[in-house]
This record gives sequence, structure tokens and C-alpha cells, in this order.
Amino acid sequence: MKSRNSRIGLVLFFLYLLLYGGFVLLNTFWPTTMDATPLAGVNVAIWYGFGLILAAFLLALVYGFLCGPAEDER
Amino acid sequence: MIYTPSLLAVAIFFLFVSITLGLSFYLGKRAKSSAGYFAAHGQIPWFVNGVAFAGDYLSAASFLGICGMIAFHGYDGFLYSIGYLAGWVVALFVVAEPMKRLGKFTFADALNSQFDSPGIKLAVGLSTLAVSVFYLIPQMVGAGVLVQPLLGLPHWAGVVIVGAVVIVIVVTAGMVSTTWVQFLKGSLLVIFSAVLTVMILQRGFEVDPSTPEPQTVTITTDGREIVNGLPLGKGPGEATLQPVGTISRLPGGETSTGPLGPIEFFSTLQQSEVVLWTSEKTTAEDGSVTTTYSPKPVSGSQVLRPGEHPKFKGIRGDQFSEKLNFLSLMLALFCGTASLPHILIRYYTVKNEAAARKSTIVGIGCIGFFYVLTLYMGLGAMTSGAMDVTNSNMAAPLLAKSMSELLFAIISAIAFTTVLGTVSGLILASAGAVAHDLVGCFSGIKLTDHEQVRIAKITSVIVGAIAIVLGILFEKLNVSYLVGWAFSVAASANLPSLVMLLFWKGVTKQGIIAAVVVGMTSSLAWILLSADTFSAVYGLPAENALVPFSQPGIVTIPLGFATLIAVSLLTRTVNRDAPGPTKE
Repeated sequence: MKSRNSRIGLVLFFLYLLLYGGFVLLNTFWPTTMDATPLAGVNVAIWYGFGLILAAFLLALVYGFLCGPAEDER
Repeated sequence: MIYTPSLLAVAIFFLFVSITLGLSFYLGKRAKSSAGYFAAHGQIPWFVNGVAFAGDYLSAASFLGICGMIAFHGYDGFLYSIGYLAGWVVALFVVAEPMKRLGKFTFADALNSQFDSPGIKLAVGLSTLAVSVFYLIPQMVGAGVLVQPLLGLPHWAGVVIVGAVVIVIVVTAGMVSTTWVQFLKGSLLVIFSAVLTVMILQRGFEVDPSTPEPQTVTITTDGREIVNGLPLGKGPGEATLQPVGTISRLPGGETSTGPLGPIEFFSTLQQSEVVLWTSEKTTAEDGSVTTTYSPKPVSGSQVLRPGEHPKFKGIRGDQFSEKLNFLSLMLALFCGTASLPHILIRYYTVKNEAAARKSTIVGIGCIGFFYVLTLYMGLGAMTSGAMDVTNSNMAAPLLAKSMSELLFAIISAIAFTTVLGTVSGLILASAGAVAHDLVGCFSGIKLTDHEQVRIAKITSVIVGAIAIVLGILFEKLNVSYLVGWAFSVAASANLPSLVMLLFWKGVTKQGIIAAVVVGMTSSLAWILLSADTFSAVYGLPAENALVPFSQPGIVTIPLGFATLIAVSLLTRTVNRDAPGPTKE
């Protein structure tokens, strides 16, 4: 159970690392991409920033769900 | 600005402090043993612990610092929110369950679980103390900043009040009361931030037709304060700084928007124009120092994009070292959370690994929601017409004041409780490190349960007193700057050992000790030799700095990993040859 959880954790961690790393690298080397307003007149910086916060919470829920409620009873 | 203490604010403030202390005395009866004192018997329900995570984590720097930074410079402050939250992903997916499985009371327990080495306890105990003290200073400074407008007391009085109340909380009941204080504070902070955000959206934006004039503050050599050429005061012939933070143009030439939706709020601001303020210091021949604050109209699209704050400007420049500095900061924020001792010890207060995991998920939910709100609160403050041009840390409370006096009183009291909660957690982490890790390794004697708790309580008083002194000494230093130090040191000293212990069987005790010592000293040395410290602390020219950029993480975190791997490989054979479990 432990190693299964840590495997799931690592996959989700790398998934988030891609998202976060993408944001940081875009900001560092191509900051003008953040100025575009692709949707509803709101810029990429805000959409991506809110997206990262939401993604952290959703991935956390996925992790909680995949790790299984059965374990709680132990 | 001159703040008038509000009776309502004082009453609500004392009500909060009384509830907090009452809770501590009541819960103190349950925490006589070391398991109770350091880890609340592992009996805290996971939901409560999750909200308490938010209470621990959302410190004065988050609430006052980030809101203030957004209010004064726009989007860049939100980069901290993003980085601070991202760190929780590391905490949940990598650290949470093993921490609960391996440790008992302190972070050193987890790292030392396979080795039983006094050396590890010593190194990790010291790094815990170093990180906690760095983190304590900005909290104490924040307390002083809050108390000035709230109670009309000087800065030092705020620091002493917080120090004294926290010492009482920690000494009476340890982790049990600290957890419940954090739960209370975490819930209130998130709820009232949401209330404030709804009010910001309801209020919408309004154009201020007046043209703001530059303002000056002169401090004379004999310490007098002259504002706009007149002595500071509210009487005739005296002057005080005018509140700032206005919108100069709305899209379509409108004068007010009325209530706005959460997305419309940004799209409207994107097409508006806001008046921000720049400051410049000049020293006259007679030695008096004048700060001139000048209005600067800035387009909304500029306010809402990264790279406008002086510290983040580098990402829009050509200098590679500036870009590395930004990468380094974002890396330290990502790696720092899961290495903060006062966060890590919260994994011991729940009953099992599943509860540790669930409480982290609740924590991420609360903290993430709060960080989304920081952008609304910061931008709301920026356009509230109520900002103090000299003090960005007061942005959130002053925004509340522009809504209603009651909200100001509540938000200020919550901000104060925020400091109380975070400081209690930090003092407890330090006390645990001293009583559980350091004393044992210096004296070589195994302390009884009762003795450990007694030493922890004595340590709490000493660390609390040190925090009070440092909080007064560092009054002028930027709050978020110091928090950055703590994150960098924590990530460099603690994370390499923790991660490698979980994922590499070849780790040796010497490897862990070396990684903690090298990570801690290299990151500290880098900070002390950086341009930021040269200008802000030593008052020397930033060009004289000995390191190429200010944030150490991108160099010192990999250095910690490399040290651990190299030393472990070098000492592996020695350990394998030694009979039985290795002891130093």
C-alpha cells in the first residue's frame, strides 16, 4: 500500500512539476506570453496562475481518491 | 499616515486574545506528557489539522505581505502566492505519509529513524532552530506593524505583547492549544478574506476625478517628521500624508462600474488606468532625509502582468543572472514548504498516514482558496483610495477600513491572531528541537518524559525572548524578504536529506549530516553575501556583493543533494563493514 501510494504520489508530483515548471520558464524567458488576453479579456498570467492553484487542489483530490478510503480503517 | 486607534478594534482584539488564552488554559490540562505536549497525543481530527495547516502557513507574510505587494506593484505579489501553494504539492505527494510513518515528535526523528545517530539530531536540530528563528523575525516585525494603527501603541509594544501571549500559549499547553489556535485563526482568515472579496466585487471600481499631487516626508537630524513642508500632526498648521490608491480611467470613459463578477473584475481592470506611487529618497546637506512619493498612472494591462516590481523586473530584462535569480526564488518557494519544521511537526498530531494525507488535502484546499483571494484583496486595496503610501504591510487592514470600521477591527484582530498562531508553531518547533534533539546529544543522558516537557517549556520562554529582541531590532527590514531567507535555508538544509532518504537506499548518516550542514551554511553564506543583504542590511552598495544574484536556492539545493550523494557513496563501505547498527 505504501509503495503504491508513493508511486501515485510521484506521478502526480511530476505532472504538477511540468505545469509549474512551464509557468516559471515562460515567465523567465518569454514573459510577454503572459500579457496576451486569450479568454474573457483576462490575461494568461491570471489564467495560468489560477489554473496552477486549482490544479494543485484537483491533483490532491485525485491522490486522496486513488489512495483508497479502505486504508482509513486500518 | 496618522492612525486613530478605534475602540471597537481594541475591544475585538482583546476578545480574540482572551479566547485564545482561555483555550490554551483549558486545553493545557490535557497535555502533561511529551506525546501530548509535542504531538497532541496524535489525536487531532484530520479536518481540524488540515485547517490548522492553513493557520500555520498563512503567516503575516502571506496575509499582510502579499496583499501589500499586490496593492503597491500589481501581479508580482501573486507569484509568491503561486509558489507558496505549489510547495504543498511536494508536501502532499512526497513528504506527508513518510513523515508520519518515520517520525514521532520532531523533523530530526524522521531523518534519524534508520540511524539512531546523535550527529543527525545535532545537525537537524540546529537547522530547525536556524529556520525557525529566521521565520520568527518577520512575524514579530509584522506584529509591531499591526499594533501601531490598531491600538495606537509603538512598534516595540506590539512585539512584546505578541511575544508574551505566545509564550503563555506554548508553555501552558503545547501542541494541543497551538493546533486549536491555528484552526480558529485559519478558519477566520479564510472566511473573512472571502467576505472582504465579495465586498470588493460588490463595490466595483470608481474613477477618482482629482489629480494626485506628490507627497514628501522629511526626517530631520533631530528626529522630527515634516510632512509636505509642515510638522506631522492633525492640528492647524500641521499635515499628515493623504491616503492613496485610485483609478484614473475606466474602459469606455465610465465613472463607476457598479458590482462586478469575479472574471469581469480583471477584464475591467485590464482596460483601465491605475495611479501607483513611486518613492525616492534624498539626503540634504544638513543631514535630513526626504522621501518623495510621486503618483504614476499605469495601465491596467501593465498592473496585471508579471515583471513590474523592482525585484521581478529582471525577467523582462536581458541579464541572465536576473533571470536565474527569479528561477532560484521560484525553486526555493516550491521546495521550501515541505522543509519547514513547524509545518512538518504537524504531521505528528494526527493518528495515521491516511489522516496525514487527508489533512494535507484540506490544507491545500484552504490555502489555495485563500491565495486566489489575495489577488482580489491586493487589487481591491490598490484601488480603494485608503492606502498608506509609506507602508505596504497595512494594505489589507486599510482596505477593510475603507469598507467598514467593524470589518477593519475584525481583519486586524485576525491578522494579529495570525501572527500569534504562526509564532506559537515556530516556538514549539524550536522547543522540540532543543528538548528532544539537541539536549540529548550534548548531555548524552536520556531525558525522562517529564524532563523533556520541562526543558521544552524553558526553551519556549528563551526562544520567545530572543524573538522579541530580534523583532524590535529588525523593525525596518522588509517582512517578505526575511521569509524568503527562511524558505531558502529550509529547502537547502532539509529537503535533500528528506527526499533522498525516501528514494535512495544508499543514504548514510554521514551523508545526511553533511547535506544538512552544507545546505544550511551555504545558503546562509550566500544570503549574507548577496546584493539584497548588502543594500538592505549592511547599507553598502549592491554592486559590491560577492555572489552574482540574491536568491541562493538554485545553487544551494542541488549542492545539498550532491553533497549527500557524494558523502554517502564515500562512507557506504565503512558503514557496511561495521558490525551491527551503526553508532557514532
